[in-house]
Amino acid sequence: MSEWWTYTPSDFLLFSPRTYYRLIELYNAAIWPGQLVALVAGLAILVLVRRAGPSSGRIVAAILAAGWLWVAWGYLFTRYATINWAASYVAAAFAIETLLLAVAGVIAGKLTFHGGGRWVGLGLFLFALFIQPLIGPLSGRAWSRAELFGVMPDPTVVATLGVLLAADRVRWELLAVPLLWCLFSGATLWTMEAPDAWVMPLAAGLTVAELARRRF
Amino acid sequence: MQDARTLNRRSLMHLLAATAAVGILYPSPATAQRGPLVTRPIPSSGEMLPVVGLGSWITFNVGDDEEARDACAAVMQAFFQAGGRMIDSSPMYGSAQEVIGYGLGKLGTPPALFATDKVWISSGARGPEQIEESRRLWGVPRFDLLQVHNLLSWQEHLKTLFAMKADGRLRYVGITTSEGRRHREFAQIMRGQPLDFVQVTYNILDREVEDRILPLARDRGMGVIVNRPFRQGALTRRMERHPLPPWAAEIQCSTWAQFLLKFIVSHPAVTCAIPATTNINHVRENMDAAHGPLPDEAMRRRMVAYVEDL
Ligand SMILES: NC(=O)c1ccc[n+]([C@@H]2O[C@H](COP(=O)([O-])OP(=O)(O)OC[C@H]3O[C@@H](n4cnc5c(N)ncnc54)[C@H](OP(=O)(O)O)[C@@H]3O)[C@@H](O)[C@H]2O)c1
Repeated sequence: MSEWWTYTPSDFLLFSPRTYYRLIELYNAAIWPGQLVALVAGLAILVLVRRAGPSSGRIVAAILAAGWLWVAWGYLFTRYATINWAASYVAAAFAIETLLLAVAGVIAGKLTFHGGGRWVGLGLFLFALFIQPLIGPLSGRAWSRAELFGVMPDPTVVATLGVLLAADRVRWELLAVPLLWCLFSGATLWTMEAPDAWVMPLAAGLTVAELARRRF
Repeated sequence: MQDARTLNRRSLMHLLAATAAVGILYPSPATAQRGPLVTRPIPSSGEMLPVVGLGSWITFNVGDDEEARDACAAVMQAFFQAGGRMIDSSPMYGSAQEVIGYGLGKLGTPPALFATDKVWISSGARGPEQIEESRRLWGVPRFDLLQVHNLLSWQEHLKTLFAMKADGRLRYVGITTSEGRRHREFAQIMRGQPLDFVQVTYNILDREVEDRILPLARDRGMGVIVNRPFRQGALTRRMERHPLPPWAAEIQCSTWAQFLLKFIVSHPAVTCAIPATTNINHVRENMDAAHGPLPDEAMRRRMVAYVEDL
């Protein structure tokens, strides 16, 4: 496309905000009470990261992988892709992240936690689990449209960034897909003029800043 | 203003039943008062088309949401009832084609439908497959018009479309662009290919096509479909903050949307404009713009001056 510079992200926004949030609402209703299962899984991760045992890293990775797989299939592929054809490619990226978590975290056991996790990572994780779901309702959207960890991509991705930052060693191979999603989601919400479009880019920025701080 | 989606399903069914009883495409008494529907001939055939059609980008991409699908069907119903014919879509518009197919299924595919779609795929070889999939989603036996969306792989796709037309599997062939993109190449294709239609962006503030594309379409005997008549709603939202000039009544405009549409369709080269909407009242209002007097050249200049001054 020789005229690519004349396109803006809004040229690729194929749906209205109303359709987007209705989609979330209908999805939330369809999977209820799955949200509670996801919340329990989130709490389990928190406990496992704080009180690290010998296999806690593998269990955390397995829970996260399950969350990514569910979001890839249950939300991105079967729901979001009905209004956004790009979502099927994103679903594939989420499936790849699932695989990476399974291989690096579950099979190879490379995700380990000692000393109660690092605080920036824990902070991000707590934010994803308890605060992020409140941002929608606080910015005027109905509770039925709230986005939860393990159910919707945004909090699942931020929680994963949190876990990765809380781990003993940085697993670079696990960071690419979540960081890319932060940009994709931020751009989508920004073109939808959503008041909370800043959340995902900020989470990505914080992650990168924390990684940079550790290196230098 | 009542919003189509605030109707519950039962009232929607009542509405559909009631309007079906009145009969699609028969002019209502209100239509009689406003004068006949303004139509324009397709230059290559002489077939008449109402000067207002219906777009589907964003508005009809509602996925599997049943309530929203029914609201889209109600918009289509109101459109046909007001005498509308052309509905425009594209494989690029998410679920819009499927939602149109749903609406047509519900309405029993009104015979007046002028099914307008696009081919949008970089591989020329896969064009026919995409067109067949689009046709299946619409649930129509064939398209009236197929256009190469945004000139993507136009050489290959035009070959396919002209061959389909020669075989009687398609009635008209066109190309599209929007927001002033690739006008030089667009004009070159218009000079070199026997197109029936071109689709471009034109509205009271985006008038670039007046210089080259619209005169060329007239010279070459091509119909012109106008997209983004309201700049995707930004224009109507902006204008609604200001009063409509009192002289708008001279051309029977009671809303800004009608004012903006009448400006577009009064250009002699334009065949029709295709505003998109999710709202039954809006589709009626837009179809109303296809009635009554259209502005002459002097009035058109006055309209531009007024809007540019706001
Ligand atoms: N390259 C291409 O081929 C290309 C590019 C762009 C567009 N198109 C075609 O052109 C069609 C029209 O363009 P568009 O969808 O970009 O935008 P548009 O028709 O300029 O604007 C649509 C917006 O206007 C609002 N609207 C409609 N009627 C109204 C009324 N009477 N009063 C107030 N607001 C009204 C609608 O909101 P409500 O829902 O609230 O009514 C909707 O948000 C597209 O749907 C598509 O079919 C083709």
